Amino acid sequence: MAEITRDELAHLATLARIDLTDAELDHLAPQLSVILESVASIQEVSDADVPPTSHALPLTNVFREDVVVPSLTPEEALSGAPEQEQQRFLVPRILGDEQ
Amino acid sequence: MRRSAAELAADLAAGETTSVELTQASLDRIAEVDGEVHAFLHVDADGALAQAAESDARRAAGDPASLLDGVPIAVKDVLTTKGLPTTCGSRILEGWVPPYDATVVTRLREAGLPILGKTNMDEFAMGSSTEHSAYGPTHNPWDLGRIPGGSGGGSAAAVASFQAPLALGTDTGGSIRQPGAVTGTVGVKPTYGGVSRYGLVALANSLDQVGPVTRTVLDAALLHEVIGGHDPRDSTSVDQPVGALVDAARQGADADLRGVRIGVVKELGGEGYQAGVQARFEESVELLVGAGAEVVEVSCPHFVHALATYYLILPAEASSNLAKFDAMRYGLRVLPEGIEAPSAEDVMRATREAGFGDEVKRRIILGTYALSSGYYDAYYGQAQKVRTLISRDFTAAFEQADVLVSPTAPTTAFKLGEKLDDPIAMYLNDLATIPANLSGVPGISVPSGLADEDGLPAGFQVLAPALADDRCYRVGAALEALLLDRWGGPLLDRAPALGGTA
Repeated sequence: MAEITRDELAHLATLARIDLTDAELDHLAPQLSVILESVASIQEVSDADVPPTSHALPLTNVFREDVVVPSLTPEEALSGAPEQEQQRFLVPRILGDEQ
Repeated sequence: MRRSAAELAADLAAGETTSVELTQASLDRIAEVDGEVHAFLHVDADGALAQAAESDARRAAGDPASLLDGVPIAVKDVLTTKGLPTTCGSRILEGWVPPYDATVVTRLREAGLPILGKTNMDEFAMGSSTEHSAYGPTHNPWDLGRIPGGSGGGSAAAVASFQAPLALGTDTGGSIRQPGAVTGTVGVKPTYGGVSRYGLVALANSLDQVGPVTRTVLDAALLHEVIGGHDPRDSTSVDQPVGALVDAARQGADADLRGVRIGVVKELGGEGYQAGVQARFEESVELLVGAGAEVVEVSCPHFVHALATYYLILPAEASSNLAKFDAMRYGLRVLPEGIEAPSAEDVMRATREAGFGDEVKRRIILGTYALSSGYYDAYYGQAQKVRTLISRDFTAAFEQADVLVSPTAPTTAFKLGEKLDDPIAMYLNDLATIPANLSGVPGISVPSGLADEDGLPAGFQVLAPALADDRCYRVGAALEALLLDRWGGPLLDRAPALGGTA
């Protein structure tokens, strides 16, 4: 039976870069297990020789002419930045202690 | 204010009113009733009136930009609007003002439609009730204690309560059509690729589509022709003309459906559908038969797996699409407590914890699970295969019928709070609308009447093959004309008056 345990949920939350409180872990784990159970029926569908569909329309590469078109100004691109400095996004440190 | 967009456009063309008058009337109505309804997250009175004045100047100079020039519109808050806040119903985007317009918004501006404001929605369009908005729910104008549908409950409620003659919505699994059904309004999900997604904040990019939210089928066709057509900025945009949708709606209004084959989808009805919803559906089919349509029953056996397929594909795509909300370039940034000099990753985790609501967290984590190694083949890979089988069901069904029909949603509007913490019960609302998104085909929801049990609106869905959106308009307009005749006036005339307590 498909199930997501509290520990697995904590691991998935790390992968998804979301901190979860203890209360959220307790609340979400059983809910996710119920959802997973309800979608598990899909595994019973016979899939011999069925190609996967990733997209509603059959599309191959879409190209445009290689010409310069207007885009955002630096001021516009930075307009929503939480912090900025010298026309750049200012972000917290990227590397951890162990790196 | 109760007139259709087509009628208002005719009034403008005849010089009987001005865009400033219409826009001011909409703003007055918003001030009067939106305290109760809460359809809008942001109202741009000054901007809308300025655009209206420009429209009036064009009309006065004999040079209107489009048929709808001067008719005001509301825009779902998932579409970017330059200079106007765009939150997607989420705390993580609170206060964000995009530096660019979505293509559909650009087209509204080019066509001269004053933008009244941004409408409420479930956070990142995840939900069927608009209760997952971080800014509080929207209330159904038919009964303020009930949900307006979702995720586009704000747009549907704005139109249903006469705050705006027109609105834009987006539909990933029914977010235009289901709110239309439960508020007694019209909603259209165009063919995938028929309307640009540039500037639509993606929930599930292979399923999302922008479409019209209106009170009449003709209004939807008029708006669809404004926003539709190829856009080089969306690589999934179909490079074909949008088609003669207004003509199709006008033809449909003659209610002559001789030669049209209507397929009733066996799997989308009966068990699990509220009796009153099913009864209005069956009456509607009878009316179409009376107008000359031929009815066949079709079976789409894989539709029973559509919900499961959708709730694997959607979270998988959403978990990837929402990775961009990382607190680095725009939106919320929250510093974690008790960590000195936190890393970017610490900040990201704290921000996403604080900025996302329950449903968004549920779906991101479910998607992360479905895409993780060891589970990928069993869940996401399998869902993609079943998606193929669902499309094959559509292909086979459209060999027997020109359009497919079903109730839009299995029930009428439920009470606020009733299903909020029961994801599976909430997901079942999308039972009949999801197959169209998985396959990319167009669909319309038209009001079919009020359910006997509760006196609340129900919807009738018409689905057509990809790029045959005109068929939705023809059959939808025919049903609308037949029902108007039977009712003796629009369904919305029976909705209770609002504004008494505001």
